[in-house]
Amino acid sequence: MSGSVPAVRLTRVSRRFGDVRAVDEVSLDIEDGEFFSMLGPSGSGKTTCLRLIAGFEEPSTGKIELHGVEAAGLPPYERDVNTVFQDYALFPHMSVEENVGYGLMIRRVPRAERERRVQEMLDLVRLPGVGGRRPAQLSGGQRQRVALARALINHPRVLLLDEPLGALDLKLREQMQVELKAIQQRVGITFVYVTHDQEEALAMSDRLAVFCEGRVEQVGTPAEVYERPATAFVADFVGVSNVVVGLLAETLTGSPRPFSIRPEKIRMLEAGAAVPDGQCAVEGRVQDAVYLGSHTRYVIDVERAAPFTVIEQNRDATAMTRPGRAVRLAWSADHHRSLVER
Amino acid sequence: MSGLGRRLSTFLYRRPRLALSLLLAFPLLGFAVFYLGSLSALVLQSFFHLDGFTGQVVRRLTLATYGDLLTRANLDIVARTVVMAALVTVAAATLAFPLAYSMARYASPRMKALLYLAVLLPLWSSYLVRVYSWKLILAKEGVLGWVIDAVGLGWALERLLALPVIGGPSLSVSPMGTFLAFLYVWLPYMILPVAAALERIPDTLLEASSDLGAHPWTTFRHVTLPLALPGLAAGSIFTFSLTLGDFVVPGTLGNSALFIGQAVLAHQGTAGNVPLAAAFTAVPMAVMGVYLLAVRRLGAFDAL
Repeated sequence: MSGSVPAVRLTRVSRRFGDVRAVDEVSLDIEDGEFFSMLGPSGSGKTTCLRLIAGFEEPSTGKIELHGVEAAGLPPYERDVNTVFQDYALFPHMSVEENVGYGLMIRRVPRAERERRVQEMLDLVRLPGVGGRRPAQLSGGQRQRVALARALINHPRVLLLDEPLGALDLKLREQMQVELKAIQQRVGITFVYVTHDQEEALAMSDRLAVFCEGRVEQVGTPAEVYERPATAFVADFVGVSNVVVGLLAETLTGSPRPFSIRPEKIRMLEAGAAVPDGQCAVEGRVQDAVYLGSHTRYVIDVERAAPFTVIEQNRDATAMTRPGRAVRLAWSADHHRSLVER
Repeated sequence: MSGLGRRLSTFLYRRPRLALSLLLAFPLLGFAVFYLGSLSALVLQSFFHLDGFTGQVVRRLTLATYGDLLTRANLDIVARTVVMAALVTVAAATLAFPLAYSMARYASPRMKALLYLAVLLPLWSSYLVRVYSWKLILAKEGVLGWVIDAVGLGWALERLLALPVIGGPSLSVSPMGTFLAFLYVWLPYMILPVAAALERIPDTLLEASSDLGAHPWTTFRHVTLPLALPGLAAGSIFTFSLTLGDFVVPGTLGNSALFIGQAVLAHQGTAGNVPLAAAFTAVPMAVMGVYLLAVRRLGAFDAL
């Protein structure tokens, strides 16, 4: 992939609204044909970034290139980019077929070809037989599929998706994640996917960018971002991390540099239990235990540091440790991830 | 007292239909008696007939009055009124749309409040006063004529007033004056529903349209206008029906040619021909009925 012209390239792009820097000096390369996610909490600038690529907003400073062509000043209708909106934005006065065929109608594609391609699209998103209905007569999941079909029918080179699954229930969301990924691989279009759901981003993306306060904290594959978080924010936002700082960090590693350790890498032992050589160990007391079905999440009070989160698989039905018990936490220092201080 | 009040509240809370019926009982009774009652009395009267010799109303069902309505002079009145109502409606829609559009989509909240106030402000003062002030504005030596003379366009006004049908000795006594006053008094009734309809269109719909390749004008034609149609339909019902029934504006401004409202006034008053007055009133009702059906056919209410 490297070497070719990126589908989207942002170079030091900023967007200010009054005094607020919604997007702050963001530089990104999104490769042709990849599933790229922009992950971050609400207000982190990921949606504004998407709107800049779509052309609904113009950057205050910086440069946006689409397939090597400078996009400055190009209105949305002159960009080879289509968007799936968070609220779907289906036209209420048109049928499903008219909605899906809207882009073709605008391009004056002849009626017969238009109808054929609309049917193809409705088949692709697995919505046959609803073409005559109005959006109001569809369920949330069906509307989501119509919005996807409407954006894909123009064969854009880049498809932008703004939290498209946000309004769906968990089961449907998981199903749509699989389908979206399959559709993306089938049509081979670059997907730029905005989400605040880290699991979704990890499950679907080829690469992802983690946003915080208008800046990109880290770009990488899901495994890179999860296994080697670059900053404390990424460590905390992508999955759950125990960020260890200050005195405890120095006691454990000999250096005051902060590091993170994932809850599932920590073993919880009886107080005073023997720990193999070369492993880190910390004494603590169970403050809270939350039963989560397949696993239990413990919050462990530790002296001179923030409480640790530990996850234990529920292999035995009765193995849960009660709050108040003294425990010993142990893990291998190999799992430490040093963090950049900000 | 609280025990009884609470029991009553609980009783009604569990029976929402009964609560609704109680709420609606009085308005519905008033509607049935005063509105539907007078309307059916009116329609019934239109099927009576005035005896030309005795000057008495003959209370026997006949279509003779509708026969009188179909005379040349009366049909002229009907045609004049309907054409005026249509022109006023089209002009009001043309003026109202851009204003409503900027109010709904561009104005800041503060500006929007000011604009709504400006639209509503004239409705706070008496309708008669406003119509008479138009008579003064449009009079031969009035403000408008003075301004037109001052900018050297007096000759153009002369030309305009010399035109047949719409012309006259001065703006205030020509059909153009009637038109201007009608347009002014009914314009708010067009602006408000159109602005309300435009305000209900989410921004993302317009963004989606441009995202899919539509130029602004195409977006307007395929998204904005169809979604604003219910508002335009509602506004046009106001302007159209208000013009059809009005007698003050054509009585104050314009020439001596009658409008439906004036004919109704004359026939039920001095002439004592209540049946013909009633038959005249049936015309706007019929026209509005046909108009509503046509508007529905055009799909104006599809987006509701």
